[in-house]
Amino acid sequence: MPTLTYRDALNQALREEMQRDDTVFLMGEEVGVYQGAYKVSRGLLDEFGPMRVVDTPITELGFAGVGVGAAMVGLRPVIEFMTWNFALLAVDQLVNSAAKMRYMSNGQVGVPAVFRGPGGAALQLAAQHSQAFESWYAHIPGLKVVTPATPADAKGLLKSAIRDDNPVVFIEGEMLYNTKGEVPDGEHVVPLGRADIKREGADVTLVCHSKTVSVALKAAEQLASNGVNPEVVDLRTIRPLDVDAILNSVAKTHRCVVVEEGWPFAGIGAQVVDHIQREAFDELDAPVLRVTGADVPMPYNKQLERAAKADPEKIVAAVNQVLYRE
Amino acid sequence: MAESTAARPKAKPKGLDPARAEQYRQWLRQMLLIRRFEEKAGEAYSLGKIGGFCHLYIGQEAVAVGSLGALDPDDYITCSYREHGHALARGISARAVMAELFGKATGCSGGKGGSMHLFDASLGFLGGHAIVGAHIPIATGMAFAIKYRNTSQVAVCYFGEAAVNNGAFHEALNMAALWKLPVIYLCENNRYGMGTALERASALYDISERACSYDMANEVVDGQEVLTMNAAMERAVQRARTEKLPTLLEVRTYRFMGHSMSDPIHGHYRTREEVEDQRKRDPIAVWSQRLIADGLMDEAAVRSMDKDVMEEVEDAYQYADESPEPELDQLYTDVYAEEERKE
Repeated sequence: MPTLTYRDALNQALREEMQRDDTVFLMGEEVGVYQGAYKVSRGLLDEFGPMRVVDTPITELGFAGVGVGAAMVGLRPVIEFMTWNFALLAVDQLVNSAAKMRYMSNGQVGVPAVFRGPGGAALQLAAQHSQAFESWYAHIPGLKVVTPATPADAKGLLKSAIRDDNPVVFIEGEMLYNTKGEVPDGEHVVPLGRADIKREGADVTLVCHSKTVSVALKAAEQLASNGVNPEVVDLRTIRPLDVDAILNSVAKTHRCVVVEEGWPFAGIGAQVVDHIQREAFDELDAPVLRVTGADVPMPYNKQLERAAKADPEKIVAAVNQVLYRE
Repeated sequence: MAESTAARPKAKPKGLDPARAEQYRQWLRQMLLIRRFEEKAGEAYSLGKIGGFCHLYIGQEAVAVGSLGALDPDDYITCSYREHGHALARGISARAVMAELFGKATGCSGGKGGSMHLFDASLGFLGGHAIVGAHIPIATGMAFAIKYRNTSQVAVCYFGEAAVNNGAFHEALNMAALWKLPVIYLCENNRYGMGTALERASALYDISERACSYDMANEVVDGQEVLTMNAAMERAVQRARTEKLPTLLEVRTYRFMGHSMSDPIHGHYRTREEVEDQRKRDPIAVWSQRLIADGLMDEAAVRSMDKDVMEEVEDAYQYADESPEPELDQLYTDVYAEEERKE
């Protein structure tokens, strides 16, 4: 199986889907001539031309709306936000238009569009460029929210997202673009709404997604060297949430730590914990703990930034707590 | 710069073309239908049959009727939340629109949209949209799809003058002009964004001039005169279909009623005298008098048409009133294309 970076896996998914279906087009800032701010769209303008790889002005609200309108009449737009931080300007189109159209038209008009781009913190990009917004979009009925953690999932989930008849918020990990992994050639489609066990274990469940999957896996290695065997559940899709996968793992381990990059208040972990306490209360041997980003705007300073992020040490500490270990 | 953006009659019109007499009479009928429909909707609202917000179109009928009369069946239409008139003029039945206002299963949006979200995809009627200006980029996206598929369709977007100070308007017009999209932005300048006069909200009174920022064709249109409206729309449609270029039409009109049913007719933001003065250019009176003057109809025929329309509206009311409510299981349908796991 070929080894690809996360960015090239996304590129492959886009290319294959655009070859497969001529209603699929890519639109956003710098996607064409510049070859993509993060080079996800490298080579696509040459292959598909300017009608299908469309450079836009810096106008997030505007081109998100163009995507909604084009999708309402039968195209399958992939709208790239240079980052999800900038997509805040377009949130009205995602929440008030894309998510609602099918419902308020009584099923007459859907919005089969993908809105994608990098989310989460990179390195020292400071407060306005270091945010994880998946819980915002996951709050909205009508949207799906997808957060791939590996190159293979990036490809397979993006292909599913493009084929999906609903508006899909597809949040890539800004720090993951250079990560490498094996990616199946050709028709590799990962269904939305299915979590994946990234590490089998028995002693504690680590629920995570996107960049925190690799953080949780690092923590798991450290714990394993101390005789603790964690199971790592990668949600992959935040909405629809694979509740069964979470509950099955908790039924096995009886302990759980939920990890996310975003802020704690009303975060993804809050939803996961709610399901566990309602549906697996009797399975628990300890309260479920959460490891999140610090509840502050992201600071620029390197040490402060490190302190604000979820890291393996924080996960290890939380695991020790749910195991009642020192 | 104009001192006011009130609709102004132009020079004395030429005689009407007798070959188009049937179309002209249909326009009158459509305008009467909208007027009588809206009056009935107002009554139903007062009786509690219609809930939520309800924005009436009375006074602006010639805009929807004249402009939609220039379109083809496969064109795309998006509107703001004051769209009962456009829905009727496009051909959604009075029954289906009234039933939607009543929130009934037989409504054109199954009772799940309401007054502000009328849809009929089979007619290319792609929504009332209730966030000011948000549908302007959406219509632009429909025009993008037309260009993408290389058809000769047109996308039309109706919005009020208050939307032009919104970022979505500028972002959309820039892209439409940049990419040469077949879209018509039809700004219904009824002079008030809710209770704020245009002159208190916009540094530039002549909205059509906004198009200059985007090197876009534009025109100021008297929206109280249905034939003038139709002719201007024909020019814009021609430009979109053949030259693949966008147009901004600033259509000057006036809302005879309050912003919504919960708003008095004049309130604190405009005078009774102003409303009465504007009512002198009632688009229905203007057009029916014209048809009579040109001998295409007589007074008795107009009265008979009005009676016929009132019967249609009464039927729509009865139909809406007697129609079933949506089943409760409709609560969870059409959230997603396939149904998601329910709580």
